[in-house]
Amino acid sequence: MEAIKTVNLTKKYKDVVAVDNLNLTIEKGELLSLLGTNGAGKTTTIKMLCTLLKPSSGGAFLDGCSILQEPMHVKEIIAISPQETAIAPNLTVCENLAMMCGLHGFDRKKTKEKVQEMVDIFSLNEILNKKAGKLSGGWQRKLSIALALISQPKILFLDEPTLGLDILARNDLWQVIKNLKGKITIVLTTHYLPEAEALSDRIAIMRRGKIVALGNCEQLIRQTKTNDLETAFINLVKGEEL
Amino acid sequence: MKMLIFAQRVSKEILRDPLTLVFGIGFPVALLLLLSAIQANIPVEMFEIEKITPGMTVFGLTFISLFAAVLVAKDRETAFLQRLYTTPLRAVDFIVGYGLPFVPIALAQSVVCYLVALILGLPFGKNIFIALLLIIPVSIFFIFFGILCGSIFSVKQASGICGALFTNLTAWLSGIWFDLNLVGGAFQKVADCLPFIHAVEMEKAALNGNFSAVDDCWVFAYIILIVVLAIICFLKQMKSN
Repeated sequence: MEAIKTVNLTKKYKDVVAVDNLNLTIEKGELLSLLGTNGAGKTTTIKMLCTLLKPSSGGAFLDGCSILQEPMHVKEIIAISPQETAIAPNLTVCENLAMMCGLHGFDRKKTKEKVQEMVDIFSLNEILNKKAGKLSGGWQRKLSIALALISQPKILFLDEPTLGLDILARNDLWQVIKNLKGKITIVLTTHYLPEAEALSDRIAIMRRGKIVALGNCEQLIRQTKTNDLETAFINLVKGEEL
Repeated sequence: MKMLIFAQRVSKEILRDPLTLVFGIGFPVALLLLLSAIQANIPVEMFEIEKITPGMTVFGLTFISLFAAVLVAKDRETAFLQRLYTTPLRAVDFIVGYGLPFVPIALAQSVVCYLVALILGLPFGKNIFIALLLIIPVSIFFIFFGILCGSIFSVKQASGICGALFTNLTAWLSGIWFDLNLVGGAFQKVADCLPFIHAVEMEKAALNGNFSAVDDCWVFAYIILIVVLAIICFLKQMKSN
């Protein structure tokens, strides 16, 4: 079953083509990593899929709903954890979580249950009543992902989720993401190749708005006749496609 | 309901920021006390408590613009708004949700100013309530000016524009600190074309019971203009996210 299907998805800014006729299918429960250098079109692709940006042409379907014709339906089944932590700094962790429940129309009982669920998944108990803006980078990232997950999305977009985190915080978050695998569809962007290697079912490598390679880690290494993902990635983004 | 949840979040963000109390309440009160002390030693007609208080309630609203601008700009910069754009909130929920919580804050600021003025000798009367009622539409102008700046500028720029430029513009062109007739010429013409002096005169007229002199056309025209501009700019940044 398809969770995401893009059909000639294109975004142009004047004479620059940020995303160029993207045709991609992501299965339900799959974790796909979008890799590419800066300006490759990863974030623009995610923004279009999240209905934050309108495509110049083409379109996409998320769980069968068109991003163009049914954006409000799409918003009900997706969530995003942006590159920035995107939290309400003067609200406590608990208030942040409860606010997101309210914005998604949950009643008081469901809000209480979902907040507790996030507290358990992300071990937020010790910081529950602390202001979000006073937390460390690692806790803010966890909260950011918890805020995305609390709405029970079918599709989750994680834009560089471990950016700027220390090794322990990163490892903690990887564990959380691994636990989500198979339960929801995840699209992840990262510049950190070991992250893509550790977490992804498939990896899509983007260059100049196009997908130049798609497959699991071993397939990409084999395709490029290299020994590791990093070398495969460098070859692919430099244009040495096979 | 969703709009109210968002508005509740906006109130908490503002009220939990200590700068709100220092600048929003403390600064206008400090100015009121200072000018009253000056007035007690060197009497100046302009600084009589029944004349300076309405001006101070209008001037205090410039801090509301600053708070609104910084909050919207910060929400944009930290991608908090981007996250919320992927929720089922509609554009109207964002605009009303940002604007609404500032109205009671602005009203509270004016109430504190009048309470201090009463302690300083302002005679109590029903006109105070009319002046307070009229501060609500004036506050809409300042709130939406803040939302407009927050939709266009970065946090740093919005702080500079609302915290320094706009505050000074309001102070200079509102006739609170000096009589604009004394300056005259182009300066007075510019001031007459802007809403600040009209808002102050409207408040003064209301407080003094001189309702025939309540000059609200300019103020209401500017409120409509700023609200429309703020909505256009907010929607534009929303679409270009």
